[in-house]
Amino acid sequence: MKSRFSLEGKTLLVTGASSGIGRCVAVECAKMGARLVINGRNQERLNQTLSMLEGTGHQAIAADLSDHEAVSAMVDQLPQLDGVSHNAGVTSIGMIKFIKADDWQALSQNNVFSAIWLTRCLVAKKKLNKPASVVFTSSISGNDSVRHGEALYAATKSALSGFAKAAALDLAPQGIRVNCVHPGMIETELFHSSQDALTQDLDEMKKLFPLKRFGNPEDVADGIIYLLSDTSSWVTGTELKIDGGYTLI
Amino acid sequence: MTLDQFVQQFAEQFDETPANQFTPATDYKSLEEWGSLTTLGVITMVDAEMGKRITGSNLLACTTIEELYNFIQRV
Ligand SMILES: NC(=O)c1ccc[n+]([C@@H]2O[C@H](COP(=O)([O-])OP(=O)(O)OC[C@H]3O[C@@H](n4cnc5c(N)ncnc54)[C@H](OP(=O)(O)O)[C@@H]3O)[C@@H](O)[C@H]2O)c1
Repeated sequence: MKSRFSLEGKTLLVTGASSGIGRCVAVECAKMGARLVINGRNQERLNQTLSMLEGTGHQAIAADLSDHEAVSAMVDQLPQLDGVSHNAGVTSIGMIKFIKADDWQALSQNNVFSAIWLTRCLVAKKKLNKPASVVFTSSISGNDSVRHGEALYAATKSALSGFAKAAALDLAPQGIRVNCVHPGMIETELFHSSQDALTQDLDEMKKLFPLKRFGNPEDVADGIIYLLSDTSSWVTGTELKIDGGYTLI
Repeated sequence: MTLDQFVQQFAEQFDETPANQFTPATDYKSLEEWGSLTTLGVITMVDAEMGKRITGSNLLACTTIEELYNFIQRV
């Protein structure tokens, strides 16, 4: 029997696919039958992901999504899409008194404007089918909880989730659903670089999770697949926390 | 940045520990206020004021403020 979460026949764009969560989303969506266009900046790691995808007809387009002209050019090359999983994002940790004037510009360009402009171009250039599903990988940070040093990052992620809700409302008449996933701590490159900056004792930290472990990229990919699949066809504007219960306590 | 200036900047990352408790020989990890927030303060101070990137593991590997200062000179 075909899975209720099947993505067969769907063409999807997955950003942030050269690493971590985005790479895992691409691999898992291909397993569920989707044809993929994957994006990242690093061509070599993007090609690695391409070689990991089951099935045929997949395509990789390297582009820096913080550059609006590059986004427009990428969207021109895209086929018609049934869904988007936007994972591109960078982290930033620091104390408020050391924020530099251009830090916000750089981070928000990467984490918020990339999503806004990508959505804008997809809609304006009519690249999204009816129905279509757009899923943004936001974060619990800034939306459900924060940790020390996350001020700028949290601000970008709450802006992203705010944009997603507004987009869900505005695009509903066109049959486009827009949702977010809010992951907690997921073991990826980004996670390990930020943990090194904080020197957290990882075993101690795990105890802060009611489910007693950090997340893995598959945990997030499964939530994204639900939101991309027709199983969630009556779900829009929602925020799916995937955090092992971290924000319950 | 001189060692004395570094000690002063280091002390500024602490809200409760009085500045006069900080000397080049201070074993910073034994201070009661040492933790994730002060670690973050020192890492971002070193980045902002000295243009050097250090990690939490680097901070764990040194003992005194002077040792850390010397380590940063080599980064
Ligand atoms: N890991 C966690 O604990 C966690 C928790 C909550 C939310 N998140 C969010 O999940 C998303 C993925 O994180 P991750 O942990 O998988 O990080 P990661 O391993 O560092 O991957 C980040 C991905 O985003 C891409 N990217 C970043 N900026 C880009 C830009 N300007 N243009 C195009 N691509 C760009 C990177 O491409 P290149 O490497 O090719 O440059 C890479 O593929 C991020 O939005 C992050 O904020 C992560």
